[in-house]
Amino acid sequence: MTIASSSPPSRLPVGGAAEAHSKPRTRRTETGENRGDGRLAALFIAPALLGFVVFLLWPTLRGIYLSFTRFNLLTPAEWVGLDNYVRMVNDPIFWDSLTVTVEYVVINIGVQTVAALAIAVLLQRLTQSAMLRGIVLTPYLMSNVVAGLVWLWILDTQLGIGNEIISAVGVERIPFLADETWAIPTIALINVWRHVGYTALLLFAGLQAIPGDMYEAARVDGASEWRMFWRITMPLLRPVLAVVLIMTVIGSFQVFDTVAVTTAGGPANATNVLQYYIYGSAFGRFQFGYASAMSVALLVVLSAITVLQYRLTRAGRTDLG
Amino acid sequence: MRIRLRTLVAASGALALSLVSGCAQGGAAGSSAHTVTYWLWDANQLPAYQACAKGFEKENPGLNVKITQLGWSDYWTKLTAGFIAGTQPDVFTDHIQNFGQYADLKVLEPLDDLGIENSDYQPGLAANWIGKDGHRYGAPKDWDTVALFYNSKMTEEAGLTAEQLNNLAWNPKDGGTFEKAIAHLTIDRNGKRGDEPGFDKNNVKVYGLASNGGGFGDGQTQWSNFAASAGWSYLDKPRWGTKYQYDSKTFQSVVQWYFGLAKKGYMPPLSDYNVQSNQANTQVAAGKAATAFDGAWMISTYAGFKGRDIKTALTPVGPTGKRATMMNGLADSVTKASKNKAGAKKWVKYLASDECQKVVGRYGVVFPATKAGTEAAVAAYRKKGIDVSSFTKPVADKENFRTFSYPIASYSADMTALMSPAMEDIYGNGKPVSSLDETNEQINLILSQ
Repeated sequence: MTIASSSPPSRLPVGGAAEAHSKPRTRRTETGENRGDGRLAALFIAPALLGFVVFLLWPTLRGIYLSFTRFNLLTPAEWVGLDNYVRMVNDPIFWDSLTVTVEYVVINIGVQTVAALAIAVLLQRLTQSAMLRGIVLTPYLMSNVVAGLVWLWILDTQLGIGNEIISAVGVERIPFLADETWAIPTIALINVWRHVGYTALLLFAGLQAIPGDMYEAARVDGASEWRMFWRITMPLLRPVLAVVLIMTVIGSFQVFDTVAVTTAGGPANATNVLQYYIYGSAFGRFQFGYASAMSVALLVVLSAITVLQYRLTRAGRTDLG
Repeated sequence: MRIRLRTLVAASGALALSLVSGCAQGGAAGSSAHTVTYWLWDANQLPAYQACAKGFEKENPGLNVKITQLGWSDYWTKLTAGFIAGTQPDVFTDHIQNFGQYADLKVLEPLDDLGIENSDYQPGLAANWIGKDGHRYGAPKDWDTVALFYNSKMTEEAGLTAEQLNNLAWNPKDGGTFEKAIAHLTIDRNGKRGDEPGFDKNNVKVYGLASNGGGFGDGQTQWSNFAASAGWSYLDKPRWGTKYQYDSKTFQSVVQWYFGLAKKGYMPPLSDYNVQSNQANTQVAAGKAATAFDGAWMISTYAGFKGRDIKTALTPVGPTGKRATMMNGLADSVTKASKNKAGAKKWVKYLASDECQKVVGRYGVVFPATKAGTEAAVAAYRKKGIDVSSFTKPVADKENFRTFSYPIASYSADMTALMSPAMEDIYGNGKPVSSLDETNEQINLILSQ
């Protein structure tokens, strides 16, 4: 749009190309440019919108529909009403896998957030080294499957180098991924290892937005680093922290690949997280209807948690300025 | 401006279209009247079947076979995806475990007109591929049995001869001579053997028997040979049964004894096992176990362990007075949606012929299903210095051996999904074997649908 444009947008013809042709040339330049902006915008949005509709909206709607059917993918879906949901509520394995997933999320997010915050603050307050920032991010460059396999081999009870070291110092070998009690914490920490750098970097970016003079003023007033962290850093980082939390919690609930390569849901369903159970039901047992119902349940749980988190952390507002 | 916009729109539209159609056609691109696409999962067997394909192409000018090998873990997912997207191969290697499911989903083409005769193949192999509806859906390809692999240096040090190892007997009460041998082969950190006083079962250096996990619902290389030699069967009928028998007292006593070996320290606990990183063969290779039950498909793997002289022995004699081993056979199946059914059937018929199976046998990587093919394989193994009689004897000698098939029934994926955690609970968490009653009931409920 040019500054010289005299026609307010409300008076623009909405007819489209045919009408534009009938207008006199002088008008056409102006309106054409306006319309060009709108169309250009639409064009830029189109790929994302197309992706959104094709890969997100349509599958979601279809998934919700399928959750009311019995469907094996190869023969037409058969409407069964609420059967899948009734089965889900009465399925002890579903509740068990939901519990396991929550246990995973609590450990994963708890440890990851605290560690990431510590790393971010240390990066900001102690050093400006880009190299250090790079190193912190390194595990994130590895694919989840590779990270899972590397840790699987390190932690193997009989053959892993990790357990070789543990037994060399005289401690009993730990079945990290093969024991009911250890498996979920181990998988949660493997994923902390992989994601903590990335999360720290997001928080670090948030810290950059906090004006340095606040710290200077506080220091003049004789505040300690500890006090400055709680009184300046935490309150002002809150909106960024909230968004990071929402994103990481959603990602954490969807844990799948690490489980698939390290424990395959075992031992005895101890790591049968919801996504893994859904995958097994759909692609192993051809119960796409039931798997869809569980996916819808996961969607509802995630939406509720996100809304709750957003409200509680007042993620939409900042305390700055 | 408008022209450029239009061009852009048209271009992006065309791109989107080409992406969509590209996805739809991708896998099926190889199929035509002149090509037969064929999938298998065992990389060791690829050269053998490539050789077979050459012979086939010579006999059938104008027909090409395009072979794709995919690892076991991706194979079934990709095949399932192929059935859905219409990109399935014309012919694929089929496993009993998946046969029931695919037959129920009606994705397999009947092969009744191929003239497959049961008597042309090793006993039982051809009949297993006839569906509930009486039609044939697979042509016999190969077979395997399970035997006891052992580290001959360790057995010699323990004073056990090959003859002794081939004449072990077991029972679920005291484990018999088999358990005695396994105990004697077990050595703790202080050098004490499993049958010596003062043996420390919590600090074992070498286990007598390697662990292959809980064994899902089939226990192929775990407990199946014991259960079968005690007279137990998976189902109420040899084929297409509708009732599993995991609630049998005989079966439960076998399972209790078998996993009890881990409690006694003669077999690793479940926590030492990992399906990815530490299977039975790895334990033997690493010198952590002296023996392991494993299948014929692992012969070359065990033979290839550096610095280990691995030999094989027969499965032990059970309470019925017979030895038992699972005899599992693969087959080649044609997909119903194949775009070249005529060519596909020709290829399957050729794959099931003596001509092709003898070629495959000569590679010494697998036992082909025809008798002549098996003989060729035995000779090829012998040439490599490997004695495979522990695997072939059970098939030839029905008087002293019981061979049984992988359970043939519908809903085998559901059975596996329920049995796998149930067995791990018994093995790893000490749950009582009577808990299998409930699991069995759940499985049979699904089967009764």
